[in-house]
Amino acid sequence: MELLHATDVSKSFETGEGPLQVLRGVSLSLAAGTSLALTGESGSGKSTLLYLIGGLDVPDAGHIRIAGTDIAGLDDPGRAALRRGTVGVVFQQFNLIPSLDVAANLAFHARLSGRHDAGWTAHLAERLGLSALLSRYPEQLSGGQQQRVAIGRTLAAKPKLVLADEPTGNLDEATGDAVMDLLLELVSETGAGLLMVTHSMRLAARLDRQVGLRAGVIA
Amino acid sequence: MIRAGAQALWSHWARHRLQLLVVIIGLALATGLWTGVQAINAEARGSYDRAASALGQTQLQQITRADGPLRLADFVALRRAGWLVSPVAQGGLRGSGLEVLGFDPFTAPQQATVPDLSGAGDLSAFLVPPGVVFVHPDTVDRLPEGLPPARVLDTIAPGRLVTDLTIAMQLLRSDTLSSIIVLENQPTRRTPLSDLDAGYTLSAPSEGSDIARLTDSFHLNLTAFGLLSFAVGLFIVHAAIGLAFEQRRVLFRTLRALGLPQRALVGLLAAEAFVLATVGGSLGVVLGYVVAAALLPGVAATLSGLYGASVSGSLSLSPIWWLTGFVMAYVGAAAAAGSSLWQLSRLPILAPAMPRAWARANASTARLQAFGGLGLLIAALVLGIAGDGLIAGFACLAALLLGAALLVPTALAIIIAGLSRFGTGVVTRWVWADTRQQIPALSLALMALLLALSANVGVSTMVGSFRGTFIGWLDQRLASDLYVTTRNSAEAAAFQEFVAGDVRAILPIISAEVSLGETPGEVFGIKDHAIYRDHWPLLEGASDVWDRVAAGTGVLVNEQLARRDDLWTGEILMLAPDWRMEIVGVYSDYGNPAGQAIIGYETFVARFPDISPVRFAISAEAPAALRDRIVMDFGLPLDNTINQEEVKAFSLEVFEQTFLVTRALNVLTLGVAGFALWASLTTVATMRLPQLAPVWALGLTRRHLAALEMGRALVLAVLTAVLAVPVGLGLAWVLLAIVNVEAFGWRLPMQVFPWDWAQLLLWALVGAALAAALPMRSIAKLPPSELLKVFAHAR
Repeated sequence: MELLHATDVSKSFETGEGPLQVLRGVSLSLAAGTSLALTGESGSGKSTLLYLIGGLDVPDAGHIRIAGTDIAGLDDPGRAALRRGTVGVVFQQFNLIPSLDVAANLAFHARLSGRHDAGWTAHLAERLGLSALLSRYPEQLSGGQQQRVAIGRTLAAKPKLVLADEPTGNLDEATGDAVMDLLLELVSETGAGLLMVTHSMRLAARLDRQVGLRAGVIA
Repeated sequence: MIRAGAQALWSHWARHRLQLLVVIIGLALATGLWTGVQAINAEARGSYDRAASALGQTQLQQITRADGPLRLADFVALRRAGWLVSPVAQGGLRGSGLEVLGFDPFTAPQQATVPDLSGAGDLSAFLVPPGVVFVHPDTVDRLPEGLPPARVLDTIAPGRLVTDLTIAMQLLRSDTLSSIIVLENQPTRRTPLSDLDAGYTLSAPSEGSDIARLTDSFHLNLTAFGLLSFAVGLFIVHAAIGLAFEQRRVLFRTLRALGLPQRALVGLLAAEAFVLATVGGSLGVVLGYVVAAALLPGVAATLSGLYGASVSGSLSLSPIWWLTGFVMAYVGAAAAAGSSLWQLSRLPILAPAMPRAWARANASTARLQAFGGLGLLIAALVLGIAGDGLIAGFACLAALLLGAALLVPTALAIIIAGLSRFGTGVVTRWVWADTRQQIPALSLALMALLLALSANVGVSTMVGSFRGTFIGWLDQRLASDLYVTTRNSAEAAAFQEFVAGDVRAILPIISAEVSLGETPGEVFGIKDHAIYRDHWPLLEGASDVWDRVAAGTGVLVNEQLARRDDLWTGEILMLAPDWRMEIVGVYSDYGNPAGQAIIGYETFVARFPDISPVRFAISAEAPAALRDRIVMDFGLPLDNTINQEEVKAFSLEVFEQTFLVTRALNVLTLGVAGFALWASLTTVATMRLPQLAPVWALGLTRRHLAALEMGRALVLAVLTAVLAVPVGLGLAWVLLAIVNVEAFGWRLPMQVFPWDWAQLLLWALVGAALAAALPMRSIAKLPPSELLKVFAHAR
C-alpha cells in the first residue's frame, strides 16, 4: 500500500539576491513498512523536501499525498493535525523540550495526538535504554541519549510515517550506529514507513531504497 | 492536545522560577502603584461627592439672588408663596480648617444624607441650644473648643460639622444663607419667582463640588504619576515576557512540528499571559491598598493645606479602583505579550527557531521604535509650543517621556560606537562591541531606568524651583512682623488703640467674598503704606500702581485670576454687576487656588460698610516684646498673635506637604526601575555564556569577565543617567510652564540644580552596581564545565 506519493514538488526561497530554487519538480513514493534514504550534498534540497512532506512548509507547486490525503490542500490546522497523527519527525538537533524531564518528553507527542499508551511508552523507554534516565532533563543527557529520547518521542505516538532529518548527524560514529540500529528496529516493529535524510552513503545503504538529490532534482 | 501543550509551556516557568517571579512582581509593581493612586483619588472624590451632595445639592435646583446674599427672610417669603424650599448655611469655621453645614430638619429634602433625628429626644437636643454637631470619626480630634456637643457619624463628610441652621449661622457669625434648595414635586399653585422678587434666580443642580473641580488638577497629577509607574513596571513585564518568548523559540518550533496548531499555541500563550496578569494583578491590588493606605494621610494633609479640602485619612475598599487595577494588569500583560504573540502568529513554522528571523523582526521593530521615538519628541515639541490646557500639558509630558525612552537604545548604540574609537586594546574593543550587542537585550530595563531618572530630575527641578521662588516670595509677602486676629470688632478697635504707640505701622487685613469675573473670589482692602509699595510681589504693574490703588481707581489681581480669565494690566475687572475697575497690576500668590483682588482700604470700606477689620499686620521695632504685651496686658490668646517666622514655617510646611506624595511616588518609581535593571541583568546573565565562553577560552579569567560585566552595567547606567538629565529638564519645563500654570494658576522661573544631578548619578551607579552584583557573582563562580558545554554544542 502506498503511504507517500510526491509528484512534481517545487519550492523556492526569497533571498537577498533574488529567488533561490531549491526543489525542481521532485517526485517520489514510499510504501507502508518500507524505508527510503534521501541523500545528497548540502544544499541539494533534501531537508526542504522532508519538511514539505512533514507539513512543516508548503510547496510552491506539486502534490504530496500521505495515506491518501493531499497535504498541499490542507490549511494550517489541517497540517498540524497531520503532524500530530500521521507523521513523526526526528530532528538532527533533537529538539527536546528542555523544561520537561525524559519521561514527559517521551510521552509528549503521544499525548498531543491523543494516543498515549503508557505500556508502549515504557516498552520504548526500555528498548531505547532510557528507563534509568526518566527523571533527568535533556541538558543532563549526552547527545546519543537525547537522540534516543527524540526517537522514542516520535514512535510513542505510533505515526504511519517517520521522517528523520540526519538523525545521527550530531553523534559520533559508534553512537550514531547504535541509534540507527534502534531506529530501524523500532520502525520495523511499528510497521511505519521511514524516510530518512542523510549525507552518509553508509547509513543510506542500510535502508530499503536510496534516492539521491542534486540541485533540487532526483539524480 | 491543549493540556499537553499547556504543560510544555508551563514547564518553562517551573524551570525558570526567577523569571516567573520577575513577571509577577513587575505586573504587581505596575498595577500596584497605579491602583494605589486610583484608590487615593477614589477616596478623595468620594469625600468631595459626599460633601457636595449632603443636602441633595447635586440633584436639586437652587434659588440664588443676583443682587446680594440670601437671608432667612427670603426663605420665609418663598415658603409663604407656596415654594417647597429648604435653607442651607455653609461656610468655613474660622481658624479651624473645618466646614460648618447647617440645615433645617423640617424642610430638608429626602435625598439629604442628614443625621437621623427620629430617636427619643434627638430632635430637641438638635434644635435647642447648645445644640449638637455631627462629625465624621476622623474630625473629632480637630474640633476646637467652645462648640456644641459632638456626635460621631460615619456618613458625615470628613472635616465637616453638620448642625441646625441657626446654630450654624451663629458658628459662622453670619446672618446670611449660602443657598436655598428647591425640593422636587413642587405644588402647582405657587407664585412665580419673578413675581416674588426680580432678584431671585433658579439655578440648575451643581454638577459637582467646587472642591472637586479645584482639585481635579491635583488628582490628574497623581494619575499621571500612577501612569508613569505603570509604564516603568510595564517595561519589566515586557522585558521578562519577551525573554521568555526568546528562550522558548525552539520549544515553539518543536510544539508546532509535533502538531500543535499555530492558533492553539498563540491561544495558550495568551491564556498564560492572562493567568500571569491575574496573579500579578491580585498582588498589585493588595500592594496598591498598602501604598494608598500609607500615602493617604499625606495626601489628605496636602489637599487640606493646598485646597482646604477634607478627605478621610482612612481607606475604604472600593470596587472602582481594584477593578481598574485588574484591568490595568490585563492591559499591561496584553501590551507586554502582544508584540511577541503578533510576531509568533505571523512567522512561518520553521522560522521561530531561526535566530535570524527573530533578529530581522526585532531589527525592524528597533527601527520603528527609533522613528516612533523621534516622532513623539517632535509631537512633544509641537504640544509644548502650541498646546493649550492641562490635557495638552500631560500629552506633551507623555510624548516627551515615551519618545525619549524609545530612543534610548539607538542613542546608547551611537554613543558606544563613538566611545569604542577610544579603546585600542583587544579586550577593550571586545567589551565595547559586546556592550553594543547587549543593548537590545537590556533596552527595556534601560528605558525604564531613563523614565525613572528623568522623572526624578524633572520633579526635583520643579520642586527646587518652586521652593526657591516660594521662599523669596514669602520674604517679600510677609514683610510685617506680627499678624494678629482679634475676636470681634469692639476688641479690634480697642486693640488698635492699645498698640498705637508701639508700632511703626498697623495694617488692617480686611476682605469680602465677591464674584471676580464669573467665579467666586475674595477682595481685600489695603491701606496705602510703604510695606506694600516696597515689598508686595508684583509680576507686572502700571507705573503709578500704588497711587491708583490708593485713589480707588485701580485694582490689583492675583496671577491665578489673571491667567484663568486672561485679565492683565489695563483690562477691566468686574467685581459686581455695577462695579468695575481697571486692573493696574498683577501679583504672585502661590499656594492660593482661588482668584483674589486688592483695592484701596477706603474704597473697600465704602463698598462694604458692614465689614470691619479684626485682623491686623503689624510692623514694630520690638515685635517679640510687643507680642508679650498683647498677650499679657491686652489679654489676647497667644494663638491669636502669630509672628512672621511662624507664618513662614507654616507656609513651608504646607509647601513640603504639597510635594510629599509626588516625592514618595518618585522614589517608588526609581525603586521599580532598579528592580527592572536587576531583573534584566539577572536573566540576561544566563544567556551570556555563548559570548563569554570563547573569551574565557582565549585566556581571560572568570573573575576578569565578571568585572568587565560589572563595568558594562555601570557604563550603561551612567550613560542612561546622562541622557536622563536633558529629558528631565524638558520634563521640568513642561511641568513649570504648562502643567503647573494650568493646575495651580501660577508660573515659576526654572532653576537648575547640578548638585542634585550628581547625586542622582551616584545613586544610578549604586543601583546598577547592586543590580549587577548577583549576576556578576554567578559568572565569577561559574564552573568551567558549564562554559565547556558551549563548545560541546550540548546546551
